[in-house]
Amino acid sequence: MLRQLSRYMKPYRLYAIFSPVLMIIEVLTDVYIPFLMADIVNIGIYESNTEVVITLGLRMILSALIGLVAGVLSARLGAVAGYGFGANLRSDLYRTIQGFSFGNLDKFSVPSLITRLTNDCNNLSQAAMMSLRMGIRAPALFVFALIMAFNIDPGMARVFLVAIPALLLIFAIIIKLAHPRFREMQKRIDDINAVVQEDLTNIREIKSFVREDHEKRKFKKFNDSLMVTSYKAISLVIITMPAAELVVYSTIIAILWIGGREIVAGNMLAGNIISFLTYVMQILMSLIMFSQVLLQLTRAKASAERVVDVMNTDVDISTPENGLTSVADGSITYKDVNFCYPGSENYSLTGINLDIKSGEVIGILGATGSGKSTLLSLILRLYDATEGQIMVGGRDVREYDLKTLRDSVSFVLQQNTLFSGTLRENMQWGDANATDDMIRKALQRAQAWEFVQKLPDGLDSRVEQGGTNFSGGQRQRLTIARALLKEPKVIILDDSTSAVDMDTDARIRRAFAADLEGVTKLIVAQRLASVEDADRIIILDEGRVSAFASPAELMETSEIYREIYESQQRGVVA
Amino acid sequence: MAKQRNNKNNTSKTPKDKSADSTKVDRRAGFDRFAKPQDTKGTLKRLAEYVGKNRWRLIVGLLLAAGGALGSVAGNAFLMPIINAFVYERSFAAALPGIIAMAAVFITSAVCNYFGFRLMAKVAQRTTNLIRRDLFSNLQDMPLSFFDSHSHGELMSTFTNDIDNISTALDQTLVSLLTSAVSFIGTLTMMMILSPFLTLLVIVMVALMLFTISFIMKRSRRSFRAQQRDLADLNGYIEELMQGQKVVKVFNYEDKTIRVFDEKNEILRQASTDAQSYSVSIFPVLGNLAFIQYAITAMIGSMRIIGGHMDIGTLAAFLQYSRNFSRPLTQISNQINVLIAAMAGAERVFRVMDQPAEIDDGKVHLVRVAATETEAKDIPEEKPLRGTKDSVPLLYLPRVEVGLRNLVWAVPEEDETIRYIPVCGDIRFDQVTFSYIEGQPVLKDISLYAKPGQRIAFVGSTGAGKTTITNLINRFYDVQEGTIYFDGIDVKDLRKDDLRMMLGMVLQEVHLFTDTVAENIRYGYLKATDDEVVSAAEFANADSFIRHLPEGYDTMLYDNGRNLSQGQRQLISIARAAVADPLVLILDEATSSVDTRTERLIEKGMDNMMEGRTTFAIAHRLSTVRHSNAIMVLEQGEIMERGDHDQLMSLKGRYYDLNMGTIELE
Repeated sequence: MLRQLSRYMKPYRLYAIFSPVLMIIEVLTDVYIPFLMADIVNIGIYESNTEVVITLGLRMILSALIGLVAGVLSARLGAVAGYGFGANLRSDLYRTIQGFSFGNLDKFSVPSLITRLTNDCNNLSQAAMMSLRMGIRAPALFVFALIMAFNIDPGMARVFLVAIPALLLIFAIIIKLAHPRFREMQKRIDDINAVVQEDLTNIREIKSFVREDHEKRKFKKFNDSLMVTSYKAISLVIITMPAAELVVYSTIIAILWIGGREIVAGNMLAGNIISFLTYVMQILMSLIMFSQVLLQLTRAKASAERVVDVMNTDVDISTPENGLTSVADGSITYKDVNFCYPGSENYSLTGINLDIKSGEVIGILGATGSGKSTLLSLILRLYDATEGQIMVGGRDVREYDLKTLRDSVSFVLQQNTLFSGTLRENMQWGDANATDDMIRKALQRAQAWEFVQKLPDGLDSRVEQGGTNFSGGQRQRLTIARALLKEPKVIILDDSTSAVDMDTDARIRRAFAADLEGVTKLIVAQRLASVEDADRIIILDEGRVSAFASPAELMETSEIYREIYESQQRGVVA
Repeated sequence: MAKQRNNKNNTSKTPKDKSADSTKVDRRAGFDRFAKPQDTKGTLKRLAEYVGKNRWRLIVGLLLAAGGALGSVAGNAFLMPIINAFVYERSFAAALPGIIAMAAVFITSAVCNYFGFRLMAKVAQRTTNLIRRDLFSNLQDMPLSFFDSHSHGELMSTFTNDIDNISTALDQTLVSLLTSAVSFIGTLTMMMILSPFLTLLVIVMVALMLFTISFIMKRSRRSFRAQQRDLADLNGYIEELMQGQKVVKVFNYEDKTIRVFDEKNEILRQASTDAQSYSVSIFPVLGNLAFIQYAITAMIGSMRIIGGHMDIGTLAAFLQYSRNFSRPLTQISNQINVLIAAMAGAERVFRVMDQPAEIDDGKVHLVRVAATETEAKDIPEEKPLRGTKDSVPLLYLPRVEVGLRNLVWAVPEEDETIRYIPVCGDIRFDQVTFSYIEGQPVLKDISLYAKPGQRIAFVGSTGAGKTTITNLINRFYDVQEGTIYFDGIDVKDLRKDDLRMMLGMVLQEVHLFTDTVAENIRYGYLKATDDEVVSAAEFANADSFIRHLPEGYDTMLYDNGRNLSQGQRQLISIARAAVADPLVLILDEATSSVDTRTERLIEKGMDNMMEGRTTFAIAHRLSTVRHSNAIMVLEQGEIMERGDHDQLMSLKGRYYDLNMGTIELE
């Protein structure tokens, strides 16, 4: 995983090398200063040598200045490397997702992909910068300060051999004990969030059954148990600070104890104690710092796993090498096609054999879940058939360059979306170079021009995210126009006029018939009227083609068709 | 399949946006976190009230923490006599009392800290518990309009992030601010005592450091804001595109969106790099400036020792202090961000809490009439009554005409007498006009009636106002003009709880609770026995499928009954309404298709429910419409046609068109 991620650091290699180097320089000046301090006391004061005091003092200031410059530079380089890494990572992740097939997209939910692109990438940038800086600083400070301490006085430095393990032991014990308690606390937090979430979605039930007090009592139980478990967890972690203080204090006292005897015996000068006091702080602080780094990195690990999970997904549909770049015509053939969704055990489509001529108008009817959308998504390889073959323009769809195929087959999805921007920008999704004239023509065919025309800003009108400032029927007509701009060989309307009134629906179909001759039209509809003038109608029933014939023939032969016909004649209220 | 599927957004007229808004809110929350709190004083006062409920713990906790801080300052003072004893008296014994005293002070300090922190943790937990409880409780009492106009993500974020921030601030910031202040003052005092001259020098140096910090902070804040803005921009783009990812694929738009993405990503990269460079630089700058200060102090201190104005012990102690002198200041500046976040969070929490609760000024309440005086006395008032969910007072009222299930409405008159009206389930709308947003009426001048036991069906395209009518009967919303009468009483005069007890709702969007099947059914009447639950399920035609579940009635439902099919959930919701046994039924028939077998079960269950109850049905099934006493065709908030099926069909008007599917459904 680490190797996979480190790729993204490559362009910032130099930054990633020099940031730690500069950090080490800063650490060196940090441990050098107390060392000089010992000499100021031991040589300068004891020998009353003003010159030594001033030289060493200036040397200390110089060291601090070097440290300052190195530290600031290291911070800058670390930020460049960390956030550069994060940006590369995010960009590649986004590219990977763009390459995803529908099957891949179904596997990850939309919110989870969003979190991975946003929060997880941010966490990783932060972690990268942190490990370049703090991850280096903590161990370096620890090692160098310890070396200096031993250098000054190995006798006193032995205190660290007790203090360091003691501190580590305390940390380890607390972490070990705290971990299950925090897990418990997290569980309670999840519980309480679930309760609140459910309360919000079920508020109509709660109010209509007059259950407000019941809910309050339920919440109190969860709330109180959260309080108890949180306190249990937190009261344990609280020990860390005083315990660390105790270790620091004991170390100071031990140093005074040992050092004092040495001074009294005349084996050591007082300066050593003064500089030692600084090393005590540096060494023990570095340990605390290191534990924080570890904590952050564990958190980042979860993010890294989630990101790598996306990266390592096998994209199950990709464009073939040297794929065909033109589609001959709009004929479509299904040969013995079976299909089941990735990860599902049941076949959604079985034994599909269809032969659709270029330019035909085909209606598709069938109950919800009978496989209408699935059948159509195979044409432009949103999914690949599990078994069998689908041909467009006489060639297997898998032979086409994916872009060519999808430009030639225009699919107006049931779950359709407009994007924030102007109307023109939205239309240009269909054709980036579309002129206003072309857009107007497409809008006219989709019967959308009449209302677009009335908008004060015309094609420059703003579209809100998801197109929420247009009504359902308007949105559907806009998405049809957008699809028309592709000038496709095949156009698929997947229940795309459900919110459009019959009259407009009929006009759209008339415009299609008049202007889109030669384009194969596949129309999924709920209303019989939407497909009554189709050349042929496919009746799907539980993933099988139950009938495929002209409307007149179907009246004779298909019971399902007759049932639908009768129920709609008789009228069922919408 | 012949049914229209596109009218799921029945509530589209209400300004809500449930789906996929959590990420959107996170983004907004991110912004808010940088926004300054508005009414700091008021928020502080209310926070103080909550914290004040644990006053003694708080005071003792803070005192202990302050003691701890003071101890660690005081302990270091012993460095002077100890080192002087070593250096000048050359005697370990002379230093011993100092060492022992130092150890004692240090240990006391650590112990004080431990207990102080513990108490503060307790205060923080108890306080957040109280705030969370009140927030939830107030939320329960809010009118439905509140929930329709606030996104759930936003409310959830208040429950989680905002309360978390408050908790962190109480836990850490309070202690931290106090101990920092104590150590700052303590350290300053000790330094003054040790050497006023050097202290002056330190103060000058620290002032210089503060100046540097504020310079960097100012820059840093500006670039942080830029980073936040660019982050929101990128996140917004990601969110929108991910939601439309399938459209991207169909339109071969991948390369174009990657290009836009990369641009935004690069802008964010630059902004973040700058922001992070600043914020991280603070550490080396401060650390090394502190070293410079240390160096200068050491130099001048040493000169003074050489000159005979000072001793080594004093210098050692002074250096120790001067190293620590700036720490409280950085600590305080660190905590200020936490504090601002907490204040902003608290303000949002209180803002939600302060939303007005649902008003219930109804004075008319339900009374159940006992058959004999002794019965009324024997049964305590709280005893729940079958047929109602809550406790209804049981009174012996001879000569009072009783309604269904022996219930009467008790109407207090102006002359302080009480008039009793039998409960029948008669509902009338008298010239009702209603709008969610002022100036955009959803219902215009609606008048209609349903006599006890009658069935009224509403048909019309989505957004015509059908759901709104049902929202008015149970007073989820109140009418602006006109009156709705229940048994001849203005519903505004009825106690809301009593009114709602009389009404049962079966909505097309079923919401179940995370609990067992039995408990979900029991939700309609909490005191229902197991037998009653089963018979309600039988009545609703749900019993047979429930028995086939792995653990029957004890099967746990999670996540709104994810483990059940749509139709099965519908059946449970009918059973839930059945156990409540309401007088009036509000029915929003489901449009989504379920398999034919289940559909038949649901149909039968619904029909059972409607039998003998005044029913308002938003109808989608032909049989419901056919068997209604009256059908109301609603269009744009007005009743266009009314009558029974045959009358309306022969009218060849809107109803006829709807049947034929010639009306645009939006």
